[in-house]
Amino acid sequence: MTDLTKLTISAALDGMAAGDFSARELTAAHITAMEAANVLNAFITKTPEIAVEAATASDSRRAKGETRKIDGIPLAIKDLFCTKDVLTTAASHILDGFVPKYESTVSSNLWASGAVMLGKTNLDEFAMGSSNETSYYGEVINPWRREGSDSPLVPGGSSGGSASAVASFSAMAAIGTDTGGSIRQPASFTGIVGMKPTYGRCSRWGVVAFASSLDQAGPMTRTVRDAAIMLEAMAGFDPKDSTSVDMPVPDFEAALSGDIRGLKVGIPAEYRLDGMSPEVQALWDQGIDWMKAAGAEIIDISLPHTKYALPAYYIIAPAEASSNLARYDGVRFGLRVEGDDLDDMYARTRAEGFGAEVQRRLLIGTYALSAGYYDAYYLKAQKVRSRIADDFKQAYQKVDVILTPTAPSPAFGFGEKGDDPLAMYLNDVFTGPASLAGLPGISVPAGLSSDGLPLGLQLLGKPFDEETVFRAAGVLENAAAFTATPNDWWRG
Amino acid sequence: MSLDKATVAKVANLARIKVEEKDLDHLAAELNNILGWVEQLGEVDTDNVEPMTSVADMQLRWRKDEITDGGYADDVIANAPGREDGFFAVPKVIE
Repeated sequence: MTDLTKLTISAALDGMAAGDFSARELTAAHITAMEAANVLNAFITKTPEIAVEAATASDSRRAKGETRKIDGIPLAIKDLFCTKDVLTTAASHILDGFVPKYESTVSSNLWASGAVMLGKTNLDEFAMGSSNETSYYGEVINPWRREGSDSPLVPGGSSGGSASAVASFSAMAAIGTDTGGSIRQPASFTGIVGMKPTYGRCSRWGVVAFASSLDQAGPMTRTVRDAAIMLEAMAGFDPKDSTSVDMPVPDFEAALSGDIRGLKVGIPAEYRLDGMSPEVQALWDQGIDWMKAAGAEIIDISLPHTKYALPAYYIIAPAEASSNLARYDGVRFGLRVEGDDLDDMYARTRAEGFGAEVQRRLLIGTYALSAGYYDAYYLKAQKVRSRIADDFKQAYQKVDVILTPTAPSPAFGFGEKGDDPLAMYLNDVFTGPASLAGLPGISVPAGLSSDGLPLGLQLLGKPFDEETVFRAAGVLENAAAFTATPNDWWRG
Repeated sequence: MSLDKATVAKVANLARIKVEEKDLDHLAAELNNILGWVEQLGEVDTDNVEPMTSVADMQLRWRKDEITDGGYADDVIANAPGREDGFFAVPKVIE
């Protein structure tokens, strides 16, 4: 029998429909693969019993002719989504033992579509990081290694466990969240597809909050078609999220026409950075040629405030985090460290419960919102954000999508970014601006670096025009014909 | 603007994070490094620019003022480290 873990979602759905294999067989193959990939540390919690039960239910629905959209597809869930009666940690010590009594809307939507949960994936603590080095549950390892090297590499972050699970064929797809690039950058680092939809497309309800005006859930898959299938199952209006948008969810898969003749593709001058890896530059140029060859019109554009996106992000996101994470007080959930009095208990709990990067961001955010500094930092950053969003608005009067690299480099080694948080923050240089503007974006694996590591290209679209993003991404994927996979050293 | 040790201690207190005296210098340096980098926002002309408060052009929805949820206190406190008689339990606040 073929290795079921190597199938795409669409092929697996066809295979189950044709009776070639059952959901139980598909799930069993993935449980085996997940267990064999323990060394990657992609999962914080594995739920094989839940998976087998769900797969059995899926098979019986299929037998009765009640098959749902993604019935029987085994998925990995970033451990930032609350899952009813299953430990949810946000990769933080402060949520020790937290077992939600409710299910996030996005994961509920997936289960209602027939999907199967394999487990909860590792991440940077509270999704704050770009390398998965800040998790309380340890580093996630990228399935990819440099050619001829055994050194472990980071999977990117913050959705690093989800990326590693999909790239190692432990899960057919995963869901992640993207605040400044946390789906797209790890997708680029692990050679998979990662899609951040428009802000408001997927409900934030039941997702552990980091920066509420930026957080957005999205799929991580091995093909663009699978991302379209997944997003359709995840998205939809939810009255429980006040910023959820009441719009019908299109048939994203139907958008993959393969035809981009006449599509206007913008190339932003400001994304050509000094000192950018020549390989990344070359891949971007290659991507431009691919789009042109497919009949797209290439148009040079300017997004003049690009360089201010990251500094604005590193005020806005920490400010929102300092407010959101105020709830971790040792009273309602997770860790409590006793103190001399109530205030001391709060302060000790938070000192022990939060890791260094989270504490740093909470202090920056608290400072930026504090009396006397609010206007200089937070208000200023929100005004700069308006100008960044306006740059995109102007550009989209001339173009339909924007093509850029996803990340400035391929995956790097642990500790390579040293102690300087700013060096780490620069990972989001190409993904952060679209997050601030709330725009949809996708990373498509497009090539390999000279030392054999995957590199992604990013396509950004107009608000709520994921269909055009998918259509262009499908063409890019075909042209790139990226078929490389990591050699499966982790199976030992 | 540059943060000194005393300001870091004050911010840490506002954030309710216990920071040891010996860590204040190091933290101040780290935070100043980040804030120094953020200073470049000052180069952007934001006169007459409204701060962005909503990502999508949308009005917040109104809903009917009615009870739609509740009645499961046990679930609400199920994850609390301290709970008594259906309440969250905290260290004594009033002498």
